[in-house]
Formats: sequence, structure tokens, C-alpha cells
Amino acid sequence: MGLRRTIRPRISRNIRDIIEVMFSILDPKGPIAMQEKGLIITAVSIMLIIVVPVLVALVAVVWKYRAGNKGAKREGNPDDRAKNTSFAREAVWWIFPSIIVAILGVITWKSAHALDPSQAVSSNVKPLTIQVVALDWKWLFIYPQQNIATVNFIQFPTGTPLNFELTADGAPMNGFWIPQLGGQEYAMAGMTNQLHLMATAPGVFTGQATEINGQGFAGMKFEVKATSQNDFDAWVASVRRSAHPLTLDEYNNLVEPSQNNPQALYSSVQENLYGAIVAKFMAPGMMMSSSTPSSSMPDMQNMPANMPGMKM
Amino acid sequence: MTLTQFIFGKLTLDALPHVWYTIGGTAFLLAMGVAAAGFLTYKKLWKWLWNEWLTSTDPKKIGIMYILVASVMFFRGGLDAVMIWFQQASAAGVSQGYLDPGHFQQIFTAHGDIMVFFVTMGFLFGLINLIVPLQIGARDLAFPFLNSLGFWLYLAGAILINFFFVIGGDFAATGWLATAPLSELQFSPGVGVDYWIWSLQVSGLGTLLGGINFLVTILKMRAPGMTLKKMPLFVWTSLCSMVLVVSVFPILTATIALLFLDRTFGMHFFTLTAGGNPMMYTNLIWMWGHPEVYILILPSFGIFSEVVATFSGKRLVGYMSLVLAAIEISLLAFLVWLHHFFTMGAGADVNAFFGIVTMFIAIPTGIQMISWIRTMYRGRVNFTTPIYWFLGFVGTFTFGGMAGVLMASPGADFQLHNSLFLVAHFHTMIVGGALFGIFAGITYWWPKVTGWKLNERLGRRAFWLWIVGFFMSFVPLYILGFMGATRRLDHYDASTGFQPLFIISAIGVVIIACGALMQVWQVIVSFKERKQNLDTTGDPWNARTLEWSVPSPVPSYSFAVIPEVCDRDAFWDMKEANGGMPPKITKYEDIEMPKNTAMGIYVSGFVFLIGFAMVWQIWWLAAVGLIGAIACVIIRSFDEETEYVIPAGQVEKMETARQLAMRQ
Repeated sequence: MGLRRTIRPRISRNIRDIIEVMFSILDPKGPIAMQEKGLIITAVSIMLIIVVPVLVALVAVVWKYRAGNKGAKREGNPDDRAKNTSFAREAVWWIFPSIIVAILGVITWKSAHALDPSQAVSSNVKPLTIQVVALDWKWLFIYPQQNIATVNFIQFPTGTPLNFELTADGAPMNGFWIPQLGGQEYAMAGMTNQLHLMATAPGVFTGQATEINGQGFAGMKFEVKATSQNDFDAWVASVRRSAHPLTLDEYNNLVEPSQNNPQALYSSVQENLYGAIVAKFMAPGMMMSSSTPSSSMPDMQNMPANMPGMKM
Repeated sequence: MTLTQFIFGKLTLDALPHVWYTIGGTAFLLAMGVAAAGFLTYKKLWKWLWNEWLTSTDPKKIGIMYILVASVMFFRGGLDAVMIWFQQASAAGVSQGYLDPGHFQQIFTAHGDIMVFFVTMGFLFGLINLIVPLQIGARDLAFPFLNSLGFWLYLAGAILINFFFVIGGDFAATGWLATAPLSELQFSPGVGVDYWIWSLQVSGLGTLLGGINFLVTILKMRAPGMTLKKMPLFVWTSLCSMVLVVSVFPILTATIALLFLDRTFGMHFFTLTAGGNPMMYTNLIWMWGHPEVYILILPSFGIFSEVVATFSGKRLVGYMSLVLAAIEISLLAFLVWLHHFFTMGAGADVNAFFGIVTMFIAIPTGIQMISWIRTMYRGRVNFTTPIYWFLGFVGTFTFGGMAGVLMASPGADFQLHNSLFLVAHFHTMIVGGALFGIFAGITYWWPKVTGWKLNERLGRRAFWLWIVGFFMSFVPLYILGFMGATRRLDHYDASTGFQPLFIISAIGVVIIACGALMQVWQVIVSFKERKQNLDTTGDPWNARTLEWSVPSPVPSYSFAVIPEVCDRDAFWDMKEANGGMPPKITKYEDIEMPKNTAMGIYVSGFVFLIGFAMVWQIWWLAAVGLIGAIACVIIRSFDEETEYVIPAGQVEKMETARQLAMRQ
């Protein structure tokens, strides 16, 4: 007992260290990624309940009844024909996998709802909205509450629910993914997809595009920084002070395809830019009947069909 | 429009090969062509090739041609795989690897399309052609000409997908399904996507014709006494697969026809602007794409059922369950397409529905495992190469199946989607499932087709190379998925720590390549030693189904007399009734067989022209192709003497000669 108590935690801690260094998905830094990791482990464990016995049975049967084994008792052909004509006997087989799938089904239904990306993270803290625009081939992030913007870099406070609104401008379908904070969601032109995440621990993570979108695909990465509220506030203030504004002209330049873009910071953002980007690719008449709930887009009602001066 | 534009469409001199891989590819194709032509001329084999093979309507010959083309394409697609892995193993940090992103993306696109459409589908149609008619006691298919046409369209598609090497120089760089809007003109202005569209349209037409043909053949041409419930499992799973082909290939044809209209005539089905809806493309392509993977895997399930029963020396246990499992998998195949894009934002109810339906598929799949184990239980398991492939399949498929069920849960899929975990999953299913089944089937039925067995020792070596290489290449990919590596990366930062795993994975691919070469070597050695491995009985494995009741290799008329089926294991039943010997034939009759026809070659030649002309928008050439193809079909329809008769006396002479040879 004593030995087990001293050695086991140490070994498991070492293994856990290695895993944490290596595996983003298994090293979650927020509640969503944490639950998703839990779901992966639970689902695999439940499957193993049936998979392991089946594989063991297979190996045992194959070995025992190999042609060379003289000692094995074998069935003659005729009597087994009589036995196997009844489906009732076979019906029993269907029970075990069905039970496993039923359990997994319940878990799936519950987790699919709990982890639905459009579901807000429950918290007392006021959520931070970050509007994400996938461009060829970089990520533009607009902070509407702070009226700043960034390229290929986001920073936010830990413990604050993050409300990502995802769209794209003139770019093919994109996938937005920060493995250590939680699963991905597509960013598509002409609509907004919601993704709710939260970081509980400070740190620097990697985010990336996951859906093939052309030449610059591999370089379409971004840095994710979770800090304290104070550091975040200081960062916002510094961005407002130091960098240049994201004007319409600047934005039109940004939309032009480019690869492996460096990070960039913008001290302010052209008014209603995000709404105009979404509206740009909406089919005429689609605006109100869009699948996206209009509540998620505060500017929907007075959104311009397109912004004067915006490149189409 | 100038005259040059009218004559050549978008085609200019720039389209000729001018970079290393198009020059290399073209040179290779030319060298192959010249070598083949030279060999045929030297050996004076042109006539033989034309009369005995190319114009044949015999499914046994068409099947062999399918398998030959698929084998060639397998090495073509395999070369792509090796190039992909070497890029990924080397492109970390400052090193950009040896391929530029655009070229890399073309390679993985071509790899996927070739492996699915021209390798797995080709092997599949080959085996179905060879075996299904024999298993149901039919001398031929319902529509022999259509079968020949189907094969030639498949070959035309296979040539078209490689033709960009010669003229054009670029292939789609969009991923194997050419997802819109990336595949639209705005993002893919070259002819690559057009080559993609037309090679799939042409070969897809062939697949659809084949599907209709086998569906009708299985339903209408079975030997007397063979009720549906007495059909061998391979016939059942092929039937299910063909029902899926007939149901979903029209979706593929229609979807990429819409993409063609977008690209060529400026329409807006899937464009970003003017009301186009790319999400519609994603839905449509997967409505075909998901059933497609079951089209690939179902026949392999059937092969394993046959292999397990034969090499356990036992009747298959759980026949009804296996049949129900195949039917259930086919039905569920239609209801799961959305699990390919849980991340598109359909909402929790929709995602959960599709996730749970996907999990249902694990039930019939699991039942098959139980049934096979129960068949081996108290049997006499003979460790032949097909059984090795079966065991390898169980190992890989269970592993990959668990990964699949895991990803069927939307919550987990959000983290695993588009990662290398997904790549590892579907390779485990298609290589470890479909391809291992095909290898088992080819080894199992080889003596039936050629008259001699394959070398077992080399077969087992190839198996071990494959299985070791397989786990070595794909286990690292599962791990990389957990590390957050997305698929299709042509480059990654050194700090990610991906590189060591990519290198291990690349070594695994080299081992797989050795396995594939070992299979080629196995065939060569077995051919040389064929005198020692002759199958004189027609029943080398003491098997149970009808194909083993006829001699190996099978005579052109297959069955001297159409058998009367009384039992599920029809041939076993006959042997039992006859004291372990094949039944004696007493009365012969005239046999009607379909004549050869070159019309299939002509029609697909014209269809190839349509495809090529559409890629380059040479409208007059497309019109020539269309008119030519239709004219050929009309001419063929006036040909009323499409069959010839083998007189009873000649059949008797051939059969007696064979029995004499057997006795010696």
C-alpha cells in the first residue's frame, strides 16, 4: 500500500506533465475545452466496455480454434446448420451494442446541447465580444466594446466569458479554432456564427484556420493571450494610444490576399464595419430571414446594404 | 470571339508542360505508352488485346481490367501520399519543405480523389464483376454492353484526372471534395477544378451505369432456387452497395454540374456573391459523400464474411444478422451526412440528431464482429493470407470505429474536426476496412481467376509490412490531432513539436510502400511458380459458394449447366449430396453469350472528348463529342445480333477435356 501511494502519484504526475506539454486538446485552459476533453475520455471509456471483450474474445477464439490445435472441440457442419436458422438466437447479440449506443446517445444529446457553440458560458462576469473576420489569409479581430482591432492576435482577461462572432469577407469557408480553449466553428461570409469560450488560466495559446482555403492556409494562425483584467485594460489603453486606426481605406488594403501576415493593432475601428462586412455578402432580401438570430447582431436593423467606399 | 478562341477555347501554348512535375508526369506517361505499344507490336499482340480483352463484354475479363487499372492508379495515388508525407516531415520552422503550398494542395487533392474514385472503386467494381455473377450462378450480367461502357468511362475518367500533367499543368487545390466557394472561379481560376469536375463526371457516369447493371443482375439473374435469403454475403453487401450507388451518384453528378455552371457560365449556385450558398454545396456533396464511404466498405464486409466462413470450415453463423446489418448500414448512410460539418452552426438539436444516428451505425457494425467470432468459434481456422487480412482489419477497424463514434458526438467533434485525428480516422476505415477487404478478396479469389494460387509466404510478409507501416503512419496522426495539428498543413512552426511524429509517420508510409511492392513481388513470384500452385480442382480452399463449383480459370460460359440452388452454401450442399465431389453434369445445352463490341470504347472516347473540351471551353469539340457519343449509342441500338451461341456439343467437348485433364 505504502509503495503504491508514493510511486503512483509521481508517475501519473510525470505522465500528466508530458501530456500537458504536448497535447493542446488534453491540456484545456477553459471550461469548454475542459468539458470537451471530459466528453472524449468518457465516450472512449464507455466504448472500451464492449470493444475490449470483443477483441479478447476474437483473439482467444482464433487461437483456440486454429487448424493446428489438436485439442479443440469442433462443431460438425450439419448440426450447426440446424442451429443457426433461427434469428431469435441472433437477436440477443443486438442487445449489448444497443445498450452501449443508448448510453452514448444520451451523453451525446446532453453534451451537444451543453457544448453548443452558440450557448453562452454561464458566469456573473460581463462577457467580452470579439468579432472575428476571416480574410485571405489572416484573421481580423474587432473589439466593439473597446473600439479597437487586431490582426492575428487576441488578448482577453481570464474568467471573462468570450463571445466570438465569426464571419468572413471575400474568403472561402474558414474554421476558427483555439484548441486549448475549446472546439471550432466555421467563419463564413454573409452570416455570423457564434462561438462562446472562456479562459480560466492565463497563458499564451495558438489559434488557427482549420478549413482549407487556398495558398496561405498554413500561415493563417493567430496568437491568443489570456491575462488578468488589469493587464487587459492596460493593453487596450496602449492599443488605443499607439497604433493607427482601422479606416475604410486601411480595411480595403487588409482585404487584399496576403500570406503569413505579422500581427497588427488598430487604435479605433470604422463605425459599423463588422455589420457592413456581414451585409456585403447577404443575398438581397435575406437580411431578416437569416438563420442567425438577429439579437446577436445589434446593428441588424439599420445595417447598410453596403458601406460606401467598401470594396466588393 | 476570334477564330483562335473559337478553335482552341481557353487553350494556349502555356498549357503545355513547363514545370518539373508536369514535364516529369508527361514524360512518364509517354514512356509508359511507348513501352506498352512497343511491346505489343514486337509480340504482335495488338489483335489479341483488342479481340480478347478491350472489346470483351465478359465480366470476368472486364473485372480483371478494372483491377489492373486500379492497381496502376494505386501506385499513382501512393506516390502522392509519399510526397505529402515527405513535405510534412520536412516543413517545420525555417524549412519550407520541397513543395510550394499550391502544389502541395494539388497533391493531397489528387491523392484523395484517386484513392477513392479510381483505386477503391476500381478494385471494388473489379471484384464485383469477377465474383458476383459466379456467386449467383449467372453466365453474364443483365446488360453486358453497359458493363463494358461503364469500365471504359471509368478508364476515361482515370485518364482525364491525369491529363492535366500533359495539358493544363494544374489540378484542383481544394481538397478532394472541391468545397465551395474555394472551388469557385473567384478562388480557383485555373483549369484544375475543371479537370476535377470532368474526370468525376465521366467516371461517375460509369459508376452509375455499373450500379444499375449489378442491381438488376443481382435481382433478376440469380440461378433457380437462389432466393434472396440464399444469396452469399458478398452478393448481399454488393447489392446494398449498388443500391447506394444508384441512389446517391446522381446527387454527385447534379452537384458538380451546378459547380460547372457556376464556373463556366457565371451562375451563382455556390458563389459568395449574388445569393449563392456555399453551405448548400457542403450539404449536397456530403449527401453523396457519406453514402459513398459505405459504398466502399460494404462489399469488404461481404468479402470478410466469405473468407471467415471458408477458412473456418464452417457455415456462416448469424447470416440473417449480417444481412440485416448491411441493410441497416445502407439505410442509415442516408441520415448522417451532417456529421461532416457539425461546426457549420446548425444548432444543438440538428447536431445531436445526426450524431446519434451516426452512432446507431456502430450497432450493425458491432454485430458483424460478433457474427464472425461466433463463426470461428468451434471451427477450424486456417491461417491463410486472407485470414491475416481479416485479423488486421478487425484490429484497425475497431480502432478507427471507436474514433468515428467519438467524432459522432458533436461536443467532441468540435475539437477533433479537421484535425489530423480525423485524417487518421478515415484512413483507418478506408485502408484498414475497405482496402484490407479488397486484398483479402483478391488473394481468396485469385486462383479462381488465374488458375493458380498466390504465394502464401510472400503474402504474409506483405501483410506484416502493411500492418506495421499502417500503425506507424496513422497512430502518430491520431496523436498529432490531440496536439492540435490541423490537416492539410504544408508548413508548421518548429515550436509545435509536430515534427518528430510527422517523421515517424513518414517512415510508416515507406514501410507501407514496401508492403505494396512486396505484393507486386508476390504476384511475380507466384506467376513464375504457378506450375507448383495450380488449382486443378476449381475448389482450392474447400469453399462453400457457387463460384467454386466451376473450373479455375473459369471458362468463357462460366457454367456448363446453370446450377439448381437448394441451400445458402450452395456448392457445399452439392458437394455433401455428392459425397464430397462436385456434381456430375449429364445433359448439356446450347449456351448464348454476348458478342464482343468496341462500341463502349468509342462512346467513352467521345465522352472523354466532351470532358476535355469542357475543361478548355472548346465548344465545337464538345459538340463533336456529344454527337459522336449519341450516334454510337444509336448505332449500337440497331445491332440486333449481339449474342452468339456455343453449341451443346462444343460445351460437352470442352468440359470432358477439362475433366480428363483434372483426373491426370
